[in-house]
Amino acid sequence: MADSYCMPKRTDIKSILLIGSGPIVIGQACEFDYSGTQACKALKEEGYRVVLINSNPATIMTDPELADRTYIEPITLDVVEQVIERERPDALLPTMGGQTALNTAIGLAKRGTLAKYGVQLIGASAEAIHKAEDRNAFREAMWKIGLKVPNSAVVRSVLDAKDQIGDIGFPAIVRPSFTMGGTGGNIAYNIEEFERHIEWGLAMSPVGEVLIEQSVIGWKEFELEVMRDIKDNVVIVCPIENFDPMGIHTGDSITVAPAMTLTDKEYQMMRDAAVRIIREIGVDTGGSNIQFGLHPDTGEMVVIEMNPRVSRSSALASKATGFPIAKIAAKLAVGYTLDEITNDITRVTKASFEPTIDYVVVKIPRFTFEKFPGADPTLTTQMKSVGEAMAIGRTFKEALQKAVRSMEIDRYGLVSLVGLDRGIPAAADREELAAKVRDRLRCPHPDRLWHLADAMRLGLPTEELYQRTNIDPWFLEQIREIVACEDRLVSFPPHPAPLTHDLLHEAKQLGFSDERIGQLNGMDGKTLRERRLNPPVEAEAIRATYKRVDTCAAEFEAKTPYLYSTYERECEAAPTRKKKVVILGGGPNRIGQGIEFDYCCVHAAFALREEGYETIMVNCNPETVSTDYDTSDRLYFEPLTQEDVLNIIRVEQPLGVVVQFGGQTPLKLALPLAQAGVTILGTSPDAIDRAEDRERFRDLLEKLKLRQPDSGIARSVEEAVQRAAAIRYPVMVRPSYVLGGRAMRIVYDEAGLRSYMTSAVTASPNHPVLIDKYLEDAIEVDVDALSDGRQVVVAGIMEHIEEAGVHSGDSACSLPPYTLGSAVVEEIRRQTTALAVELGVIGLMNAQFAVRDEKVFVLEVNPRGSRTVPFVSKTIGVPLAKLAMKVMMGKTLHELGFTATRPFQHVAVKEAVFPFMKFAGVDVLLGPEMRSTGEVMGVDGDFGWAFAKSQAGAGVALPRGGTVFLSVKDQDKPAALDVARRLQRLRFTIEATSGTAAYLRDQGVEVQTVNKVNEGRPHIVDHIKNGEISLVINTVGSEASQADSASIRREALQKGLPYYTTMRGALAAALGIEASLRKALTIRSLQEYHARREC
Amino acid sequence: MRKAILALADGTVFEGRALGFPGETVGELVFNTSMTGYQEILTDPSYKGQIVTMTCPHIGNYGVNQSDVESRRTWADGFVVKESSRRPSNWRAELGLSEYLAESRIVGIEGLDTRALTRHLRDGGCQQAVISHVDLDPKRATEKARTAPGIVGRDLAATVTCAAPYEWTEGSGAWPPEATTNGDHRPSGRAGQRPFRVVVYDFGVKQNILRRLVDVGCAVTVVPASTNAEAVKAMHPDGIMFSNGPGDPEAVPYAAESLRQLIGWRPLLCICLGHQILGLALGLKTYKLTFGHHAGNHPVMDLRTRKVEITAQNHNFAVQLPQPFDPAKPAATVDTKFGRVAVSHLSLNDGSVEGLACLDHPVLSLQYHPEASPGPHDSAYLFRQFAQMMETHHA
Repeated sequence: MADSYCMPKRTDIKSILLIGSGPIVIGQACEFDYSGTQACKALKEEGYRVVLINSNPATIMTDPELADRTYIEPITLDVVEQVIERERPDALLPTMGGQTALNTAIGLAKRGTLAKYGVQLIGASAEAIHKAEDRNAFREAMWKIGLKVPNSAVVRSVLDAKDQIGDIGFPAIVRPSFTMGGTGGNIAYNIEEFERHIEWGLAMSPVGEVLIEQSVIGWKEFELEVMRDIKDNVVIVCPIENFDPMGIHTGDSITVAPAMTLTDKEYQMMRDAAVRIIREIGVDTGGSNIQFGLHPDTGEMVVIEMNPRVSRSSALASKATGFPIAKIAAKLAVGYTLDEITNDITRVTKASFEPTIDYVVVKIPRFTFEKFPGADPTLTTQMKSVGEAMAIGRTFKEALQKAVRSMEIDRYGLVSLVGLDRGIPAAADREELAAKVRDRLRCPHPDRLWHLADAMRLGLPTEELYQRTNIDPWFLEQIREIVACEDRLVSFPPHPAPLTHDLLHEAKQLGFSDERIGQLNGMDGKTLRERRLNPPVEAEAIRATYKRVDTCAAEFEAKTPYLYSTYERECEAAPTRKKKVVILGGGPNRIGQGIEFDYCCVHAAFALREEGYETIMVNCNPETVSTDYDTSDRLYFEPLTQEDVLNIIRVEQPLGVVVQFGGQTPLKLALPLAQAGVTILGTSPDAIDRAEDRERFRDLLEKLKLRQPDSGIARSVEEAVQRAAAIRYPVMVRPSYVLGGRAMRIVYDEAGLRSYMTSAVTASPNHPVLIDKYLEDAIEVDVDALSDGRQVVVAGIMEHIEEAGVHSGDSACSLPPYTLGSAVVEEIRRQTTALAVELGVIGLMNAQFAVRDEKVFVLEVNPRGSRTVPFVSKTIGVPLAKLAMKVMMGKTLHELGFTATRPFQHVAVKEAVFPFMKFAGVDVLLGPEMRSTGEVMGVDGDFGWAFAKSQAGAGVALPRGGTVFLSVKDQDKPAALDVARRLQRLRFTIEATSGTAAYLRDQGVEVQTVNKVNEGRPHIVDHIKNGEISLVINTVGSEASQADSASIRREALQKGLPYYTTMRGALAAALGIEASLRKALTIRSLQEYHARREC
Repeated sequence: MRKAILALADGTVFEGRALGFPGETVGELVFNTSMTGYQEILTDPSYKGQIVTMTCPHIGNYGVNQSDVESRRTWADGFVVKESSRRPSNWRAELGLSEYLAESRIVGIEGLDTRALTRHLRDGGCQQAVISHVDLDPKRATEKARTAPGIVGRDLAATVTCAAPYEWTEGSGAWPPEATTNGDHRPSGRAGQRPFRVVVYDFGVKQNILRRLVDVGCAVTVVPASTNAEAVKAMHPDGIMFSNGPGDPEAVPYAAESLRQLIGWRPLLCICLGHQILGLALGLKTYKLTFGHHAGNHPVMDLRTRKVEITAQNHNFAVQLPQPFDPAKPAATVDTKFGRVAVSHLSLNDGSVEGLACLDHPVLSLQYHPEASPGPHDSAYLFRQFAQMMETHHA
C-alpha cells in the first residue's frame, strides 16, 4: 500500500563500508557473521557498493561474492583508514560487527578519519554510540527521561573508587567502560575484593574507566530488542526473560522468550521505557538491545544497559521470532521505514509490527571450563561461555529439555548428578545428599539447572530453592513438573512400573528424549523408540509433528518453512516431493567446533541449491548463518541427536544426509543413521570409521606403508604403563573419540602417566585411552584435500608455526609452507593422495602430518570438512566446501574444473585467538588441548608481513623497537640465539634470565640479565609492569619451570604484550618485525588477490 | 485430571483437560494473539458471547490480581489455552488462573493443540463452539455448537452495559501510558482549570478508557447504552465518548440514533463498537471479518502523520467504505449527510479502516484500542487529541 508515499532509499550514498567483528572470542561469536552477512546481502540487493573488512576468514560475510570489496585484514584504525583511503566509501555502517566495529568506528571518528574522507556514520551516530556506551552519559540520559539506573559512579583510579564506594555499598558491581562480553566485570563483596577488581577493570577498559554500581543481584532480568526507523516508528521485536537473575552475564544465562512472568501492565511499562530510551539515546535507524532489572518483590525497575547495535541477543531474538533484525536494520540504515519492508515469512504483512509467538524458546549457554583447569566456574557479570544452543517447544518444559540435549554434553535430559536417576537409593542418606546439593546451589555455575532438579528429587521446596538462587518460582515449578513426570517414568526392580502409552505420550509432550525415558525406564533409547513408533494394538504411534515459526502466532499463513518439532495433533511440515538433501549442522559453538563448520554447512546449502536440490538444514545454534531461514529452502531448528534427526528424516524422506561439514557432531551420527537405513552422502560411514578407529587406521597405514608415530591403546592403567614403556617417553595420551584435544596431554615419565590415568580419564574397555609417541621438535603440517573417488586434489598444505604437540587448532600456520623443502611437500602431497584414494573419500579430507628430520609421519586423518577449509578456500580462491558438496552429489572434479590448484604469489597466515583474558589464573602455555576460540588470517606478499598482520588481527601489535625479554629452556637456546641476533640487528635491547643471558653473551650477543621472579627484586614481572618490555619470549619444559614462570606470561597477557611460548613462534615474530620495519603496511582485497584467477 | 472437549460448529473436535468452572459453555470461538494481558481480556465486556483462545502457550503465569481488570467482572464465555500455570509467580499475584476461572464461573479447556485450532479458525473463520466438561460426546457437543445463536444481530451491549449512570474518578495511577518511575511524565490532568465533563456511553466500556480520560483532565460520567441524546445534552458535557462493546453494531440501532443527534453538538470520541456505530450513523455499512482482530501487535498507520502505531485490537466487525481505500488517494473523502468523512487510520495488515475523521465535525473515531490494556501504549496520544478537541471547541 501507499506506494506513492514510499520514502525512496538514500541515493546520496553509493558505497558503504561494513566492519566485521574479527575473530570469534567469548562475547563475540558467529552472531556477527550472521548479522554482517544479512547486512551485506541487504545492501547489495539495494544496489549499494559494499566494502567489507574482517580479519576472520571463517565467515560467510568474507566470501568474495558477498561484498564488492572484501578485505581480510586486521581491524585496526590504521588498516581501516587505508581501506577508506583506497575505497572512498560514502558511509560506514558500524552496528553490524559487535563492539569491535563500534569501537573502531568511534576511533575513526575521533581521529578525524571519517571527516577527512567525508564518510558518514549510518545506523548510529557517534553521539548516539557515545551516549549509550559511556556510563556517565548513559546514566544522565536515563535520569533525563525519568528512568532509574542502579546507583553508580564512574571512576578512573583506585583511590577515586574507594571514595565512591561508601554511597554505593556492597556488594558492588565493577564494570569497565567500552568492553564487550562484560570483560573485566566483577562483583565485589568486600573492600579487598573491591580494590582488586577495580585495578583489573581499569586495566581492561580501553579508556581506563570503570563504573561501580549498586548491585541488583537477584533481581529479575529482562531484555528487549528494539528497532527504530527514520520516521521514528519503533517496534519491540521480542521480550526475553532471563531464567538466571541479575548478577550473571546475560550471555551466560539461560534465557527464555517470550517473557514469562510479567503482567501486561508491567510489560508495557518496560516497553514504554525501551521506546523512550532508543529515542533519547538517538539511535535513528536500526536495532538496539536494552536490559532491565526488576525487583522481584516490588517491581521496581532499573535500566541496566543498552547496546546501540545488533548483538548476540538480537541474533537470538531473530531466530526466536523469524524477524531478521540485522537485515532490516541494514535497510533502515539506508532510509527505508519499517512499513516499507515486507515480512519475509508471511509475505503479506510488513516489518512494522511486533512478532507474537505461540511457542517457547529456551537458550542455554555452552561452557568449556574443563579446558581451563584453574579457572573459576562461578558465573558472574563477565561472560565465560563459548557458545549456546537454542530450542523451540510448545511449552517451556519441552523447549528446556530440547535445549539440554542440543548442548551436546552427553546429557539427554535433567540427569541426576548425584545418582538419583533410579529414585533415591535405599541406602542413601537423604540429609547428606540434600546438604551436598544445597552446597552446590550456593553460587551459580554451569550445572545449576541439574542441581535444581536433584534438589527437587530430594524434596527441597520451591521457596527454599528460590531463596538460594533467586530463580523465579515459575521456572522452578516448571522444572518440578519435569521431575514429577520422571518419578512416574522410573521403573527398576524391585519397583517395576509399566510405561503406559499415555504416560509415554505425556512425557514426549514434556520434551523428554527417548534416551532419557529409556534411562529412567530401564531400556535403551532405540528400544523405546521402536515402541513409540510401533505401539501395541489399538494405540496410535507417537510421532513428532512440526510447527512453523511464523512471527504472528498463526494469524497469517507462513510461507517460509522454518520448523520445530513438538508432539501435538497437527503437523505443518508439508514436505515437498522435490529431490532433497538434509545437511546436519554443527550445534553450539564450543572450543574445537565453531564457525568454520557452520561456514562449510552454509556452503553445502548454496552448492545444493545451485545444483537444483531442495536443501534442508538442521541445526540448533541461534548465532549462525546456517540457521537463517533463507540460507536453505527449509530449516529445522532442532537438536542434533539421533532421535531428532531420524524424526526429520521420517517426515522429509531426503535422498541423503550430509554429515561431513558440521564437525564431529554430525559425524558421530553417521554410523547410527546409516544403521537406521539413512543414506549418508559422500564418504561412507565405514571409511569414516576406518579413519577414526585407531586399530583400523593403523592397518590402513601399514597397508599404504606410511609411517606414523608408535602408538598403542590401553584399557587399564597397567596396560597404559606397559604400552608407554614400549613406545618410549615422551608420549601423547588422550581418550578415544575426542574433538579439540579434550583431556589430551604430553607425559614425560611413568609418574606423569599414572597421575593422568587416574585423575584425568577413566580408562575402561569401552573407553580406551590412546597413547602415541610424542615427536619432539617436529614440524606439524595440516592438509586439506578434495576427492571425487577417482581424482584427488590437494588444496592446501599448511605448515604450522608452533611445533607438533601444540593442538592444530591452537597453532598458527602458513599457506604455503615457509620452511619445508619441496621434496617434503611433494611427499606430503603423495601421502595425502594415497590416503584419500584408499579411504575412498568423496568430498573433503583433512590430514595432519609431523615432519622431523625430513621424515613424514601421519598423525591423523579426518574424512570430513575441517577447521581450515575456509582459510584454505580464501587463500587459494576456490570454494572448497561448495565443490565438495557437488562432488558428493556425483559431479567429478573434472566436470567442476578443479583438477589442480593454481600457483599463487601471496602468503596467508592463520593465527588462533585465546580466551585467557577471561580466565584469571590460567596458564597461557600452548599444549595438545585446544583452547582457542577463533582465528584470524593475515595475508600479504611475504611471510613476515602476513605473520605480522595475523598477530595484529589477533589483537597483538608486534613492537617496532624496545626491549625483548628472553627466557628459554636449554634445548631452545640455539634457536633463541638466532632470534636474538635478528632482533639486535633491528636495534632491540635484549634482556634475559641468567641461563639464557649467559648463553647469548657467550655467543656474542649484548644482553642484560634480569631476575627471575623467585630470584629477588626487581624481577622480570616488575619490568613488565613498569612498561619496560615490548616483547616476551618464554619457553619452558618441566612442570616445575612452567609454574615458576607462569606469572611472567600472565603479566604479559594482562599488559597486552606480544608473547611467544615456542621458538618457532618467536622466530616468526622476528620475521614479522623485520618485514614491518623494512616496508610499510599495504592492503589488498580478496577480489584483487584472486582477480587473475577467475576461470 | 478431568477430560474436556471443545467442539466447533463445523464438526471439528479437540480433546483436552478441563479448566476452570466445571460445566458446559457455548459461544463464538475467537483467538487472541497477545502474549500478556489475559486478565484484562477475561474482564473486557467486548468478549461477551465469545470463547477466547489464547495463542500464547503458557497462560496464568503471573496469576490474577484485583487491579488488572477492565470491568467489574469477567465476561468471556469460555477460555481455551495450551497450558494453564499450576502456580502463579508475580509480586502482585493474588490468585491462580484456574481458581479465578472457577470463581468467575468460566468454563475452560487446556492441553490441546491451540495452534492447530487457531489455524483452523484463521482459514475457516470464527464460529460457534462448545466447551464441555460434563458431556464428552463429540456428536452432541457439535450439534449444540451448530444450533447455538451466533453473535450477528444480537444486542450484546444491552447485557453488559451499566444499570444506572455513575461517576468515574480514577486515573491510570501507577500504570500511566508512557510511564516513568519518577513522575515527571505523568499525566497531570488540566492543571488549574475546570476538568472537561465527558459523558461515556457504556456499551461495555473498558475501564482503561475511563482512566485515560481522567488522565487528560476529564470528569467522567458513564451512562447506560440506551440513554437518549436529550438526557446526555442535559448533563452539559464538553465531550461525549462512544465506548467499545461486544458484538454486532447493527444490533444497537438506538446507539446510532443517539450519535446522530450528538454529532456536531460536542466533540465525540468513538472507540471500537463506538466507531462502528459512528460508521452506521454516517450511513456507512459494517461487515463481519472472517476471524476478527484480537491482538496486541497490529500496525496501524495514522494517515495524517504517516506514522505507524502498534495497536491493541479486539473486534469482529469493521466499517466498510463505499469504495475500497485507495492508497494512491489517501486524502479521498466520502460525502455523508454529516459532511465529508476521511479515513484517518489504516490497518497495515489487511488494509481495513482503523479510524475515521469527520472533516466537518469534531469527531475522533478509532476501530482499535488507544487505551490498550492489554497492549502497547503507542496510541495514548489520541486521548490528548480528544482533550485538545474539547479545548478548541470551547474557544
